[in-house]
Amino acid sequence: MRPDTMRPTAATPGGVPELDVDALLGDKEKHVIACCGSGGVGKTTTAAALALRAAEVHGRRTVVLTIDPARRLAQSLGMEALDNTPKSVAAVQGGSLDAMMLDMKRTFDEVVASHTSAERAAEIFANPFYQAVSSTFSGTQEYMAMEKLGQLRATGKWDLIVLDTPPSRSALDFLDAPARLARFLDGRIIRLLSASTPGARRSMLSLMGASAAVFTRVFNKVLGGHLLTDVAEFTASLEDTFGGFRKRAEATFRALQDDQTSFLVIAAPEPAAVGEAVYFTRRLTEERMPLDGMILNRLTPVAASLSAERALGAAAALEEADADDPVAAVLRTHADLARRRAAEERVAARYAAACPDVPQRWVPALGVEVVDLDDLRAFGAAAAGALPSE
Amino acid sequence: MTASAPPVPRLHIVTGKGGTGKTSVAAALALALAGPGRRVLLVEVEGRQGIAPLFDAPSLGYQERHLAAGLDGGEVFGQSVDADEALLDYLTLFYRLGSAGKVLQKFGAIDFATTIAPGLRDILLTGKLKEAVSRAESGRMAYDSVVLDAPPTGRIVRFLNVTVESGRLAKTGPIGKHSRSVARLLHSSLTAVHLVTTPAAMPVQETVDAHRELLAADLPVGHLVLNRVAAAKAVEVDHAEIAAGLTRAGLAADETLVAGLMEEYAAARHEIEAVDAYRDRLERLGRPVDELPLLPEGVDLSGLYQLARELRPSFAGARRPLSGGTDAA
Ligand SMILES: Nc1ncnc2c1ncn2[C@@H]1O[C@H](COP(=O)(O)OP(=O)(O)OP(=O)(O)O)[C@@H](O)[C@H]1O
Ligand SMILES: Nc1ncnc2c1ncn2[C@@H]1O[C@H](COP(=O)(O)OP(=O)(O)OP(=O)(O)O)[C@@H](O)[C@H]1O
Ligand SMILES: [Mg+2]
Ligand SMILES: [Mg+2]
Repeated sequence: MRPDTMRPTAATPGGVPELDVDALLGDKEKHVIACCGSGGVGKTTTAAALALRAAEVHGRRTVVLTIDPARRLAQSLGMEALDNTPKSVAAVQGGSLDAMMLDMKRTFDEVVASHTSAERAAEIFANPFYQAVSSTFSGTQEYMAMEKLGQLRATGKWDLIVLDTPPSRSALDFLDAPARLARFLDGRIIRLLSASTPGARRSMLSLMGASAAVFTRVFNKVLGGHLLTDVAEFTASLEDTFGGFRKRAEATFRALQDDQTSFLVIAAPEPAAVGEAVYFTRRLTEERMPLDGMILNRLTPVAASLSAERALGAAAALEEADADDPVAAVLRTHADLARRRAAEERVAARYAAACPDVPQRWVPALGVEVVDLDDLRAFGAAAAGALPSE
Repeated sequence: MTASAPPVPRLHIVTGKGGTGKTSVAAALALALAGPGRRVLLVEVEGRQGIAPLFDAPSLGYQERHLAAGLDGGEVFGQSVDADEALLDYLTLFYRLGSAGKVLQKFGAIDFATTIAPGLRDILLTGKLKEAVSRAESGRMAYDSVVLDAPPTGRIVRFLNVTVESGRLAKTGPIGKHSRSVARLLHSSLTAVHLVTTPAAMPVQETVDAHRELLAADLPVGHLVLNRVAAAKAVEVDHAEIAAGLTRAGLAADETLVAGLMEEYAAARHEIEAVDAYRDRLERLGRPVDELPLLPEGVDLSGLYQLARELRPSFAGARRPLSGGTDAA
């Protein structure tokens, strides 16, 4: 990469197709944009910034569904309370933007309540195992994000839904976790267990033979008898609701495959994040999910076009005359930035090599954090390749 | 070691906000602790496989394996502890399950048990750590130190608070006894929980919060590691001076180059000042604060040894030779 392409105002890689974010946000046929990626790469920031830009620049009726946003970002978007419904963002200029953060426990409760009688629902809510599943289980957040997306879509109130995805290690979790949780809740062991409550023990024995007896005996000792009982009771009361929401999750998942949806994969210029982005891209392609582009976020901004080697050479020359030459310090700072940027671009090149057809956009680090609406506007402009030059 | 001195920590638990450098710092610390003749075990949980790539090594498994030579001639071993395997171990040990264990695993019962009881998972994982810390082999401790690449700050207190967690499980029987002995180790001065942060608002805030929560849970906090500190010298300089300096060094001092350098340096200066503020905030917590440089090329194997050398002086105590078979239990 030539040094002059390192300017943050020209943050797009050479030789790969360029992601046109404005065309995507302005496309009236697109109703869902999902921002995916591994932990900490900037999914929530990207979702918020794109939603804001869709409202302000493209005049769309937009809602952003965020998950675990940083507190100061939540405040900027007026999401003070976790009330699980979208609220209008006041300071938006033109268009309209609503914002909400997901309350997974509440969403799970809503789903249960809408699929069963009030009496059954109350039974389920009171079960300690349900409380664990709905608040601390891995996969629940992903499952409920999908559920909420389905709900928001069904209202028809918004013309564009921008979806943030949960902070998990792997971007793939968003695709896999709901099914994994559904399989778990619906799986063989849990069925055996619900059959293992006193009275039904024989059916279980015949299935698993001697191990089954060991299973209940040992696990009751290890886990405590109450836990297995809770699980068994939970499963029993879930029978009628579960088919319902499992089907719903599947339908929402399939809806993600249609042309109205767009996936963006977000990555940071680090080996692990770029590796995840490659896996995720492959999976989307296999699943025929519509991937529109990759956003490489938080590149080290380099403003001066001078190679690291020449900067270091010049610094050394200056220091020979005066060990404390301040310009040498300036040059060494530049050399450090240029080396960091070059290393990041080498990492980024792995994505381009593995997924040459996926359009990309590079977004520089904009200070240390993106918290208020102006920061989000600047991020949106950078993502659209329209950074106002300072 | 005098009789009155508190024992030097042998179990080092490295946590921090996601992405701040827990894995890198844990690996560097393991190298730093592996002084002459010492054996250090570097452990990861949750199947992250973050350690192996740092050492250009194949994936780690449940069996401990030699990973690298430490600083000054010690040895570092690596292990990836998995809760399902640990439960199987545990059942085999206490219930003499034999081949029935394998059947349970095949049926998904093992996985099921650790899924429905996340607290059990944590007890099993910390239990393996205790075992590694207290294991003796041919008359000496198998490992002088054990370093854990731990779950992030958001989950660390829960992860380490085994007695509380075990309260949710069966109270009698081997699991209760087992978790009490693990808790004794984790709350003792043989353990140190180190917190890694970068110089940024959220990670520092999480560090401050985690420090408070760990103390409230009576868990021993060790060092605070300020990672990814960009090196830059604070100087006063203006446009004209930069232009003159470039000319002196034989570079063409064109206007855009000077402006670009000025812009970069101003941002870097701003960062240095922010780092100072974060360091102050950490120092007020009253723990040793170690600073690690931002490596321009990221953390590769040679970078890891560089970080280890940076850590070595402040962990000198933990590298003292041991006076034989001090048992952890
Ligand atoms: N381009 C950028 N410049 C500066 N700061 C950024 C940029 N992008 C993101 N950040 C900051 O990085 C941090 C992490 O970003 P964010 O919360 O969006 O990531 P995430 O992928 O949603 O994380 P998680 O996986 O934890 O949900 C935030 O403090 C955010 O303000
Ligand atoms: N001192 C450093 N200089 C440069 N890069 C660093 C430094 N420390 C860590 N990194 C880089 O930052 C990234 C995250 O580091 P690491 O994987 O160690 O963090 P972590 O806290 O273990 O992350 P996770 O929460 O995902 O497990 C890696 O790409 C690593 O190479
Ligand atoms: Mg997020
Ligand atoms: Mg890690």
